[in-house]
Amino acid sequence: MEKVLTRNIGADLKPTDLKAYEANGGYRGLRKALAGLSPKDCQDVISASNLRGRGGAGFPTGMKWSFVPMDDRCTPGHKYLVCNADEMEPGAFKDRLLMECDPHQLIEGMILSAYTIGADISYIFIRGEYVAAIQRLRDALAECYNAGYLGDNILGSTFSLNMYVHPSAGRYICGEETALINALEGKRANPRAKPPFPQVSGLWGRPTIVNNVETLCNISHIIDRGADWFNTLGVGEDSGTKMFGVSGRVNNPGCWELPMGTPIREIIEHHAGGMQQGLQLKGFLPGGGSTDFLTDKHLDLAMDYNVIGKAGSRMGTGTIIILDDQTCPVGMVLNLIRFFAHESCGFCTPCRDGLPWSRQVLEDIESGRGHAEDLDTLAYQVGYIGTIGNTHCALAPGAMEPLQSALKYFRDDFERHIYGGCCPYNTARRA
Amino acid sequence: MPTIYVDDQALEVAQGENILEACLNAGLDLPYFCWHPAMGSIGSCRQCAVVQYQNEEDTKGRIVMGCMTPVTEGARFSLNTDNASKFREAVVESLMLNHPHDCPVCGEGGECHLQDMTVMVGHRDRRYTGKKNTHRNQYLGPLIHHEMNRCITCYRCERYYRDYAGGNDLAAQASHDHVYFGRHEEGVLQSEFSGNLVEVCPTGVFTDKPFLKHYSRKWDLQSAPSICSGCAVGCNIAPAERYGKLKRVHNRYNHEVNGYFLCDRGRFGSGYINSDSRLDYAGIKKPDGSFMAVHQQQAIDTAVEWVKNKKVAGIGSPRGSIEANYLLRELVGAANFVPGFSDREAGILKAIVRILKTTTAINPSIKQMETADAILILGEDVTNTAPRVALGLRQAVRNKAFELAAQMGLPQWQDAAVRNLAQDQRSPMIIVSATDTRLDDVASQCISLSPDDIAAFGYGVAEALSGRKSQDEMVNQVAAVLAGANNPLVISGASMLHEGIVNSAVAVAEQLHSCDKPSMLSLCVAESNSLGLALLVDDPNSDANMSIANLTKQASDFDVVIVLENSLERRGLSEQIDSLYKANTKVISMDILENTTLANSDLVLPAASYAESQGTVVNSEGRAQRYFPVYQPSTERLPSWQWLLKLAVGCEHGGLANLEYFDQVVAACANSQAAFGRLVDVAPMRDYRNQGLKVPRQTHRYSGRTAMHAGVSVHEPQQPQDSQSPLTFSMEGLNRESPAALMPYVWSPGWNSNQSLQKFQAEVDGPLKGGTAGVHLISSDASGAVEPAVPITPTLKPHHWRLVPVHQVHGSDEMSVNTDEIAQLAGRAFIAVGAKLAEKLGVTEGDGLIVAPHNTELSLQVKILSRVAKNCVGFSAGYLETLDLQPGDLVTLSKDEAWVQPTSTVIATDRGPAHV
Amino acid sequence: MNDAQMIHTDLDSVLSAEELTAIDRELSHVPYKSGAAIDALKIVQAKRGWISDQSLQAIAKYLEMSAEELEGIATFYNLIYRRPVGKKVILFCDSVSCWICGCDGIKQKITDVLGINYGETTEDKEYSLIPVPCLGACDKAPVMMVGDDLVTHLDDAKIDELFTDKAKYSGGNT
Ligand SMILES: Cc1cc2nc3c(=O)[nH]c(=O)nc-3n(C[C@H](O)[C@H](O)[C@H](O)COP(=O)(O)O)c2cc1C
Ligand code: SF4
Ligand code: FES
Repeated sequence: MEKVLTRNIGADLKPTDLKAYEANGGYRGLRKALAGLSPKDCQDVISASNLRGRGGAGFPTGMKWSFVPMDDRCTPGHKYLVCNADEMEPGAFKDRLLMECDPHQLIEGMILSAYTIGADISYIFIRGEYVAAIQRLRDALAECYNAGYLGDNILGSTFSLNMYVHPSAGRYICGEETALINALEGKRANPRAKPPFPQVSGLWGRPTIVNNVETLCNISHIIDRGADWFNTLGVGEDSGTKMFGVSGRVNNPGCWELPMGTPIREIIEHHAGGMQQGLQLKGFLPGGGSTDFLTDKHLDLAMDYNVIGKAGSRMGTGTIIILDDQTCPVGMVLNLIRFFAHESCGFCTPCRDGLPWSRQVLEDIESGRGHAEDLDTLAYQVGYIGTIGNTHCALAPGAMEPLQSALKYFRDDFERHIYGGCCPYNTARRA
Repeated sequence: MPTIYVDDQALEVAQGENILEACLNAGLDLPYFCWHPAMGSIGSCRQCAVVQYQNEEDTKGRIVMGCMTPVTEGARFSLNTDNASKFREAVVESLMLNHPHDCPVCGEGGECHLQDMTVMVGHRDRRYTGKKNTHRNQYLGPLIHHEMNRCITCYRCERYYRDYAGGNDLAAQASHDHVYFGRHEEGVLQSEFSGNLVEVCPTGVFTDKPFLKHYSRKWDLQSAPSICSGCAVGCNIAPAERYGKLKRVHNRYNHEVNGYFLCDRGRFGSGYINSDSRLDYAGIKKPDGSFMAVHQQQAIDTAVEWVKNKKVAGIGSPRGSIEANYLLRELVGAANFVPGFSDREAGILKAIVRILKTTTAINPSIKQMETADAILILGEDVTNTAPRVALGLRQAVRNKAFELAAQMGLPQWQDAAVRNLAQDQRSPMIIVSATDTRLDDVASQCISLSPDDIAAFGYGVAEALSGRKSQDEMVNQVAAVLAGANNPLVISGASMLHEGIVNSAVAVAEQLHSCDKPSMLSLCVAESNSLGLALLVDDPNSDANMSIANLTKQASDFDVVIVLENSLERRGLSEQIDSLYKANTKVISMDILENTTLANSDLVLPAASYAESQGTVVNSEGRAQRYFPVYQPSTERLPSWQWLLKLAVGCEHGGLANLEYFDQVVAACANSQAAFGRLVDVAPMRDYRNQGLKVPRQTHRYSGRTAMHAGVSVHEPQQPQDSQSPLTFSMEGLNRESPAALMPYVWSPGWNSNQSLQKFQAEVDGPLKGGTAGVHLISSDASGAVEPAVPITPTLKPHHWRLVPVHQVHGSDEMSVNTDEIAQLAGRAFIAVGAKLAEKLGVTEGDGLIVAPHNTELSLQVKILSRVAKNCVGFSAGYLETLDLQPGDLVTLSKDEAWVQPTSTVIATDRGPAHV
Repeated sequence: MNDAQMIHTDLDSVLSAEELTAIDRELSHVPYKSGAAIDALKIVQAKRGWISDQSLQAIAKYLEMSAEELEGIATFYNLIYRRPVGKKVILFCDSVSCWICGCDGIKQKITDVLGINYGETTEDKEYSLIPVPCLGACDKAPVMMVGDDLVTHLDDAKIDELFTDKAKYSGGNT
């Protein structure tokens, strides 16, 4: 398979500097666009490429961009492009790699995206703990300003763009694009109501596009090599390649660029080296902590948005978390719910007060203090907190996904806790 | 008008509203928390959930928030389907996880919106068995008590306090289920409108602190429709009583005037009514200067003896009712009556009456002011002189945001979205004033000028509007801004006691009018009935001076002078007033609290406060409004109009002696003067009946009526009868569908909190079903009121500064400052300087300055303002210590080396040892 | 003068010239001063380890916002510390992949070695221990950050090496 996103990433994981990046075809896409493609042309290419957002929801990127008012539809003022590099979803670790090892790929993608939507200011909203990535991005930005890839009249064109790295002060909810915008404005990161969508009223009330790191990393390649090429990369329904990862107790946890539609079994058994000795696969979250469990029944599914969706889960970030047969599913769900309850922004009632309630019920069950009715209560909470539209943003429905599927697939585990009066696993104190 | 279907019932709804509003308008009970009619929707509480269906075939539907969903033609919803009602119950259940378990004994019980909603959704049994989160409460000053554990995180407090009222010292803190609403550190809430938190909070997190000291249940309070006496805005209030004490003041909705909100002076400034320094008995001065207490009849007899067939003069009161002032004028004869203004007030009020009767500009209500898209304020610190108007202006500057939103098809009620879209973009508001004002933070431009220069600036703007450009670029800019507006508003008023400023405002407004703008002109005046009184003495055919000085000069010509509710010292003419006291003339005065005028009188009569009497006052908009007694005054006190009527009867006064009822006084007054012709329409007369019944002041759940006085006497007293008004002092009667002027409180089945108001409104946020209280007494003939500018050559003396009054919402008002909590907030009298001058004088905030030349050298505490006009220095207006300082005087300033800086100005006596 | 004003005395001298320059740089690309609130908090915290009341008030004043508004922001974010922390903050990942890989045991080990629990600081003020959501290094679980360094593949031996036998430890191994 042809490496696209990771072609500059070697085994040593050293960052690619400007020279090396250019030497390997870097900024060719940008030169091509500025020399002969209008924003509209670029927009068309991206739409035709069928690129879907890699931030979790898989929303078609071209369509998202098409909502940005252009020229006469737009009142004068700034437009913004924001890179969502918050990556705080439990079990997600793909954007870190792309930024630490090939910062220019992201930056070139952002310049091209900004050019397409007519943005003149762009931000990389990155989680504060990514110290190395922050530094490398800043270094790369400095190189770009020096080389004329950023700033006024980029490469002699009429297009100007400034780009800033904005390290977050830390909250999972900042990854939600409208909360992210509030955070960028220096406010509490409560999500905003949609509509209006950020494409028309986002940062400082101006048209704004928020895209995931990996989404943006694809842009320069698509502009450079065309939509058709990109459409041939996937082996399933979706186009392009994708960063897939596996964590948990497998032999070779890690993150790899693979074609869209790669079967799950191949990822887990081939790339991640299968389960560690003595462990069986009990289930897995296909795309991070806010996706539903799948089980060994699903191993032969292709990692495509719709395929995983039909199986009752979501592709999410494409980073798989493995639950083995010696790890307590109740404990795992409790761990996740604890995270989500803590990371709730506190704006809307079902999430703010409902998640701590789920946490309390799960704590009771996990510690052997559970009651038979607790399972009904949990099921009730799943409906109440987990239905899209019941809450202000998607955090809470995401939080309920592992719980709802655990109740489906691992109900007997819950019952063993309740009727046995203790946790049948011994997950704690294990290193 | 779109049609929507709610539970298969077709509803005609208004274009642009949301489902929650539509349901409430249709009389359906849809629970909600975070939504507020004045503040719109944010969708945080998720309480107003309904199910929306795609079409008729869709049986499943999906849950949407009513408050966030616009109505669209043909849209189908359900409130009652299991999905929706179960979800709403779940929301309350989760709000209850951490809510204290003291519902039956909680102070908010009985008027708690959360309690109402809990009952409404049917939540009863808790399933949560974990620990509850608890919070620390904060000391927030003398007005507001904090009880954070009751919080349900609806964000209304923060949205009201910060977004609506512009306060910046209360904010949401922390996150997830630890969100906390409070200050950074304990301390007094700084907003002049903090009290509305009490009514905005759907539970009891922010409560009325003075009320807590003598708490009663809402249903045990007796209320009457009343009008705030704090200033001339005339906010409608519902004061409440029990056990003969005024317990608290709540807002009473008036669509045009105050809407849902009051200022803190209005809400908390009536404590003086319960004060110990109120007169209990009438008193006759003894030769040794002390008073002999006498009974009512004896006092009347004495007064009659002094007055009958004698030369009598009367001094009226701008805080007294039209009726009392009218009676006094009739009693003494128009020629012997002065309204009780100071010289300057009299001049300005005379001008204002003339202006309002002739101006081409619109004299707007607050509701109308909120539509302004450009505002020019000349010389008023509106927040401190007409507070509720300032709150309206804070909404008006948001019109820019609404305009931007409309361009995007975003409804106004999408509150957060509209704010995010507009960010700091506001409609222009230009403030030209001598010192900083409390609206500076939302002004597009603040210009500091001396009073004379403010007037010149105003005239300059008018000239520039007429096409003659000024030398001063700023003037041209301001003119251009106003000229670019569709709904410009000019605000000025009497607070600087400078007629030129008022006239210049007229010039601007009328020039805008002749540029084909429906321009608005609003003029602030000082007291609750200043304008009514000015109207009473308004005689276009006479040039008579309306001032007290006019009368005191000839005091010795009279045998008796009767003073109606007026502490004459405050009119700033101490020498002349002294001459009145010294003259061989008897002074009879009636008032509510002790004051120097009373002390210098020969006969004093204890007057009832506004809460114990009936009357009409005219606000600065020219709107006449009636207040009714909340409870009967204690035996020896009488409303002033009754003292005067008894006196007239005793004196066998030709025109008055046959009057008995308040309504007859009203009718007589209406007949006497064209301007008051509509006085009879202000509120229903005493014979009004609602379906045959009077309107009750007490709730139908009023408890313990027969036992209330059992501690004093086991004999059940007869319930007081109210023969003067259509209200009863009991729970008997009908409180639904009565006229707006007769709405003592709001309550509706299932809605015990003040949110029941929506059941009284014709539509959400609209006028009351019973109309809008108040009657406009002044209509303009639109002949034009512009007066030519009087050329002013300001006298500048080296090392002298011009005194300008600085008004304080807590401190400048005569009556409210006699309330303990307000006195705490008022702090000391001050002399206000800019930072530069302070440096020059070698003083800092809290030091002392000697203000001279003056009859007695005055030392005052220094306050540093962020902006003060050149050559000007401010002084605290209305404070007893500064009553003798005259606006416009030139003074010298020097540091008072002997000044002792007080250690703390906030007397936090109510601060308990622990706040846990 | 009232309470709120009283606390604002002398706040102008709290922030260092260096901090002010850094804040000004952020101000240059935001349309409203308050827009740099989070950056300013981070700048000041970078130097001082945490945000004291006084720092908070000084930043608020500089950005022309109220202390309440800034407090609302400071207390919202996980990485702004409103209480003193040790010289190095240990951000200990307790999220799902690390948990599966036994982070509870490692946490216990740290507590045993350093004598601190979550939210606590060692007596010598060297370390504070704070749980952090997933650090995005799940393939190297369990992980934590010590100061700016990411430490991966944690086990008991590594904890000993880090905290009791510092000589052996040679920085992060990302
Ligand atoms: C609670 C929550 C957290 C999220 N966190 C992230 C994140 O860390 N990174 C990210 O790219 N998208 C995240 N998203 C998705 C974003 O809201 C948004 O959909 C995404 O950035 C869009 O980018 P894309 O179109 O390129 O996928 C999150 C969404 C939610 C609801
Ligand atoms: S779902 Fe949770 S995170 Fe999202 S707005 Fe509601 S409280 Fe905030
Ligand atoms: S009232 Fe609609 S969500 Fe709160």
